[in-house]
Amino acid sequence: MSLQDLADRVVAQARPGEQVEAYVSRGSETDVRVYEGKIEHFVSAQSEGIGIRIIREGRTGFAYAGTLDESAIAEVLGEARDNVEFGTADEWAGLASPDGVDVVPQELWNEALADYATDRKIEQAMELERLTLAADPRIRVDDSNYADAFVETAVATTTGIRRSGRENGCYVSVSTLADDGDETQTGFGFSVGRSPEEFDLEKAAREAADRATRLLGSTKPPSRRTTVVLDPYVTAMFLGVISSTINGEAVAKGRSLFKDRLGETVASPLFTLVDDPTNPEAYTATDIDGEGLAARRNVIIDQGVLQQFVHSSYSARRAGAASTGNAVRGGFKGTPGVGCLALQLRPGTRSQAELIADVQDGVLVQMVSGLHSGVNAISGDFSCGASGLLITNGELGAPVREFTIASTLQRMLLDAVEVGNDVDWLPMHAAGVSLVIRDMTMSGA
Amino acid sequence: MISQDVLQRVLATATRGGAEFAEVFAEDKRSTSAGLDDGRIEQVSSGRDRGAGIRVVSGDTTGFAHTADLSESGLITAAEAAASAARGGGGGVRTVELSRREATKVNTIERDPSDVPKADKVELLRRVDEAARAAGASIVQVSAGYGDSRRRILVANTDGVLAEDEQVRALMRISVVANGDTGMQTGFQSAGQTVGFEMFDTVDVEELARDAARQALTKLSARPAPSGSLPVVIKRGSGGVLFHEACGHGLEADLVAKGASVYRGKAGETVASPLVTLVDDGTMSTEWGAIGIDDEGHPSQYNVLIQDGVLTDYMWDYLRARKEKRAQSGNGRRQSYMHLPMVRMTNTYVLNGTDEPDDIVRSTERGVYVAHLGGGSVNTATGDFVFGMTEAYLIENGEITEPLREGNLIGNGPQVLRDIDMLGNDFAMGNPGTCGKDGQGVPVGDGQPTLRVKALTVGGTAA
Repeated sequence: MSLQDLADRVVAQARPGEQVEAYVSRGSETDVRVYEGKIEHFVSAQSEGIGIRIIREGRTGFAYAGTLDESAIAEVLGEARDNVEFGTADEWAGLASPDGVDVVPQELWNEALADYATDRKIEQAMELERLTLAADPRIRVDDSNYADAFVETAVATTTGIRRSGRENGCYVSVSTLADDGDETQTGFGFSVGRSPEEFDLEKAAREAADRATRLLGSTKPPSRRTTVVLDPYVTAMFLGVISSTINGEAVAKGRSLFKDRLGETVASPLFTLVDDPTNPEAYTATDIDGEGLAARRNVIIDQGVLQQFVHSSYSARRAGAASTGNAVRGGFKGTPGVGCLALQLRPGTRSQAELIADVQDGVLVQMVSGLHSGVNAISGDFSCGASGLLITNGELGAPVREFTIASTLQRMLLDAVEVGNDVDWLPMHAAGVSLVIRDMTMSGA
Repeated sequence: MISQDVLQRVLATATRGGAEFAEVFAEDKRSTSAGLDDGRIEQVSSGRDRGAGIRVVSGDTTGFAHTADLSESGLITAAEAAASAARGGGGGVRTVELSRREATKVNTIERDPSDVPKADKVELLRRVDEAARAAGASIVQVSAGYGDSRRRILVANTDGVLAEDEQVRALMRISVVANGDTGMQTGFQSAGQTVGFEMFDTVDVEELARDAARQALTKLSARPAPSGSLPVVIKRGSGGVLFHEACGHGLEADLVAKGASVYRGKAGETVASPLVTLVDDGTMSTEWGAIGIDDEGHPSQYNVLIQDGVLTDYMWDYLRARKEKRAQSGNGRRQSYMHLPMVRMTNTYVLNGTDEPDDIVRSTERGVYVAHLGGGSVNTATGDFVFGMTEAYLIENGEITEPLREGNLIGNGPQVLRDIDMLGNDFAMGNPGTCGKDGQGVPVGDGQPTLRVKALTVGGTAA
């Protein structure tokens, strides 16, 4: 039986007054880790499961099981139905209904990857380890990995949603250690692709070596206020933090610092932020969202002015708006939430080197840590660990680490003075690009 | 879950190609969660995860496959896949005699959560909502999550180990938002134990809710945290994550073996202030990281990692212990049957010192008092770590004064361990945590008495 048939059969068992959604998935993955020229582990895994959501009189119940066994599905349906009894009625609760927005087709399945031989997967990880070790004599490799995943999903609802699809992807990654005397620094490199033919192993190896070696001899800088240039990778992480402030559900529940600010200036005029999962260049490009509606392009901030929030059908109903196709779900084990799918900051015209040339005193931040612990997207307080290179009179200088950069999200958006032209599509929900923020506090020695 | 003769046949299949080790890890987990937000019980969810992971080790290579099908044919198919992934050479039929190994007794479950009416679980959330909102007119939002799980595991391997355990946990997490003239602030509290629903006989969820609300309300008048290097006093039971990050991860034998830890080659050496004795203790009754056996069938243990400042031992799993020809330490853990085990912490804590907590604050001229820490992370190879302070105050002239806005603290593990210059006599365990490593999360606990680090970099914005 196809997954769609399976989902349809569950939905057909809806009782009068019930909205039912069945989300079914089946997948497989390979994970190869290589160390010192040998396979450290080889994982070959299959998984499947179903999540069933039932809404009756505004009350929601949910259950899942990690199997598609017939009797288990019956049990899941029964549990979800039972769980409805304990929810509170919510006038806005409900499943998505088809909204007439056309799906922009995406090429999410790659036949070459599906046919790729196991031995060649191992060879990719071996080759990456060799290239990385050859990149610099000070480099050791902690692990070199190849991984791929295949997933097939189907969703059906009593409200008329019926979608299925399949998707695959792969990546290689390498973790490095660079030694100089007693000092050790770390780095990483990766390459992602729809198939292994798209990998750039040379680049992954070079970046992994560079990230570790460039920090050798780094010191803790003195504390001061300064201009910060974020590397594309760091900007992508920063946009990930911003995404939770424009989440329509957080806004509806009063948990966003932008909740009353639609139509207002919240960022500098050069800041135009778009969420566009229909762009095939985006690593997270997709055709449908987590509720089965068409994914679509949404302009969030236009030249500094807040245009709209992103919505699922639930948050849209609460806000009196339409879904923006931003329901996200982490698989069959949960119900959809709201999130950005593929954020991109509109690029500027100049390279990172040109941006740096204009900075008298500052720091190029190449890596950050602790975004999950020192950033509060509700209050806006922003503080994270950082490492990078000092900038003096427009020139890159000494490496620095073990310091923090801090401000508030509100100020950082207003203090963003320039965006680079160096867009990098990273394996995240946001694209990277260099970003200059003119006034942040650097805390070090 | 699986009969002994089936296990023996599956292990024989897994090693038919000549692999020296094979293991079946089976798991049957039932969980319930309920979420409250915006004044409503949004949803009650039930989950069932059941399956087995089969590991085959041949030389330095581990092959692994998992299946949701616990029938003999399902297990045999997975065993063949794991064996082929490990590519063992040689051949021959191997018979395995399994002998049952006893789990450490870490608790007694009085009320199995699956026997507790869902209405009782939901009622806890209603009480949380009411108590938090009653704490002040500025409280504008409350969300809370209830969770329980019952995880039955079985481990059988070609060394003859056969062990089973049942791990029951209950959890409550509360987040509160307060709104004031300076914007919004948040408060958080949680409690979690390796016990059944009886946890809520002793844990007062309303008190937890009021404490989360108090944090958010206090921070409405908070000023920006300082920027730069300062003495930091960490309240009892709130700073275990410091040790988890500053040295715990660095004492995991898999990272040490690859030279990816600053503590490699340091056994027997002084790595911390002589005040510090650090323990990892999977046997600690009812604590969040307590386990009867680890996920490789080894009974949980009390392991001293640092004694009076001297590094005594690392933490071990099967693979690393085998390589070093030494005993495992009960630290081989995994997120689920879909994951390979690796070295993980359980409950990691620092034993009491002798200082009076009040004296620690009084003897600090100017510094930061951290009453609640958020998460953290570490680079084990360099020892550099960060962790977030979610409730902190300024210390001025030996007194705790104004509340501070949130920020990260940053430091270097080995340096911070040496810089601990006062250690209190008021030990307490902290909040339940989920430790992430290589994409897997496992429940862990931590704890410490009030202590002072003579210098840490505070990542605020104020001069």
